[in-house]
Amino acid sequence: MRMLMRDTTMEDIALARATARRQARSRWIAHALLALGVLIFAFPIWITVVGSTHDVSTIGRGEVPLWFGGEGVANYVSAWLRGGSSLRTTGAVPAWLMLWNSLNMAVLIAVGKIAISLLSAYAVVFFAFPGRMVCFWLIFITLMLPVEVRIIPTFEVMVNLGLINSMAGLVVPLVASATATLLFRQFFLTIPDEYVEAAKIDGAGPLRFFKDVVLPLSVTNIAALFVILFIYGWNQYLWPLLIVSDKDLETVVVGMTKMIGTGDQQNEWNIIMATAVLAMLPPVLVVILMQRWFVKGLTETEK
Amino acid sequence: MRKKVIFKGVALPYLLLLPQLIITGIFFFWPAGQAIYGSFLREDAFGLSREFVGFENFADILADPNYLNAVSNTVIFSSAVAFSALGVALFLAVQADKAIRGADFYKTMLIWPYAIAPAIAAVLWLFLFHPQIGLFGRFLNGIGIPWDYKLNGGQAMLMVIIAAAWKQVSYNFIFFLAGLQSIPRSVLEAAAIDGARPARRFWTVIFPLLAPTSFFLLVVNLVYAFFDTFGTIHALTRGGPGQSTTTLIYKVYVDGVENLNFGASAAQSVILMALVIALTAIQFRFIERKVHY
Repeated sequence: MRMLMRDTTMEDIALARATARRQARSRWIAHALLALGVLIFAFPIWITVVGSTHDVSTIGRGEVPLWFGGEGVANYVSAWLRGGSSLRTTGAVPAWLMLWNSLNMAVLIAVGKIAISLLSAYAVVFFAFPGRMVCFWLIFITLMLPVEVRIIPTFEVMVNLGLINSMAGLVVPLVASATATLLFRQFFLTIPDEYVEAAKIDGAGPLRFFKDVVLPLSVTNIAALFVILFIYGWNQYLWPLLIVSDKDLETVVVGMTKMIGTGDQQNEWNIIMATAVLAMLPPVLVVILMQRWFVKGLTETEK
Repeated sequence: MRKKVIFKGVALPYLLLLPQLIITGIFFFWPAGQAIYGSFLREDAFGLSREFVGFENFADILADPNYLNAVSNTVIFSSAVAFSALGVALFLAVQADKAIRGADFYKTMLIWPYAIAPAIAAVLWLFLFHPQIGLFGRFLNGIGIPWDYKLNGGQAMLMVIIAAAWKQVSYNFIFFLAGLQSIPRSVLEAAAIDGARPARRFWTVIFPLLAPTSFFLLVVNLVYAFFDTFGTIHALTRGGPGQSTTTLIYKVYVDGVENLNFGASAAQSVILMALVIALTAIQFRFIERKVHY
């Protein structure tokens, strides 16, 4: 602004040029630093992916390959069908089974959380009934009670209900969701009153309104939430560790660390690395392919 | 806040709320109540009877050097994870905000670690720092620095901090970048025209504008470091060597699940509950204020 108030001098032009040069230089530095950051972040993945294509003795000797080897197909086939094991444990679990269990768990948790939260948020927003706020606060307070702070008594409940070693046991206790309920409540409050009035005039009941108006309007929110909750479900660790001892129900994140055991040098590291790649592929793909919804879901659930 | 136009009916809304309320009742409130109740009880040596002991469980764990060690581990671990994850993320976000052209590309390349489970992140770093098969582990040993995180407590702590922070950077990066991009360009240009150099501009103009985001992220990062890093520690060090990476969460698990020490575990749960409640309260109080901005 200051430049407009007086005549442009040679000095100003020189200054502007210097500024432009400085900005260009600082942009190049920014690009270089970012590229370095990207490389540093990707490096552990690179080592793992490359390692998963070598034979077991190459890695066991500590030759840490930096480029692909020729055993990739063989390693992935044996990880998929047979599974690797750490030295001290017997009975490997094939990766396909662990991935299948993780997929079931993640999808069921995500769908369950969304369904349950849609219904509760709908009840809290579109109805007036005694105890409405009490219900809302009861749901809200669960935010403050993660599994970790009620671990033993929750385990006892699971034992009493016979839910140990079952898919239902893996999923059901995790489908309550304060975050999702808060998000849908927030969104429902923005639906104009006129829509409800119109529905009433047309003689549509609350369930009809939910199905024909509220659900279609919520599609983007549901998609965004699904991405976040799928990752949440896939990455569960303490809960499956606690209630699953049956190998048929092993999930891939927990199963993967069991393969490592105490980290013995004689482990089948190549198979373990292949399994690690398989374990992180689904959630990483979900984030990259659904980036728009992912970022939306992430920023909205924090409001 | 409520709607003016609503549906009539009492039975239906209760029915809609029922699934959520049943699950929270059975799996959240009942166990939480049991934990609080149990923290005042003690089991005899054979696990046959439980008697009321008042605050003795609390007094015992607070006097237990192992517990105090877990407290100090948690403080070191959580602050190191939070500050390094925030620092690196802020640095990268500032660069990405400058490199306007490629910001979206870098965003894609930096956010995927969010999707990786804490335990898997730990395993990836194990592949690098394993003393016999890891690139860095072997390198360090090769140049004469004895490196074995399975024997050296300080090295073990460093490992879990790196693995935990690495994963959290992407989350912070997304929020910092969004925060930076929401700062009006005119504010920055004004500062530039007034002759403020880039570094000065950052600390006097940009950083204060980012303060609400940073504070919010600090709380989120602390919650993450306290509660979501069980997998990192379990996969990498099992709380060891000795108890050098045993944090409060890890200790609750060990005492309750492995040592079956009912009263001590319940008392620890109650302390952690108070901690989560405090952190959640801070988080929501702050968000309410952000709304009024």
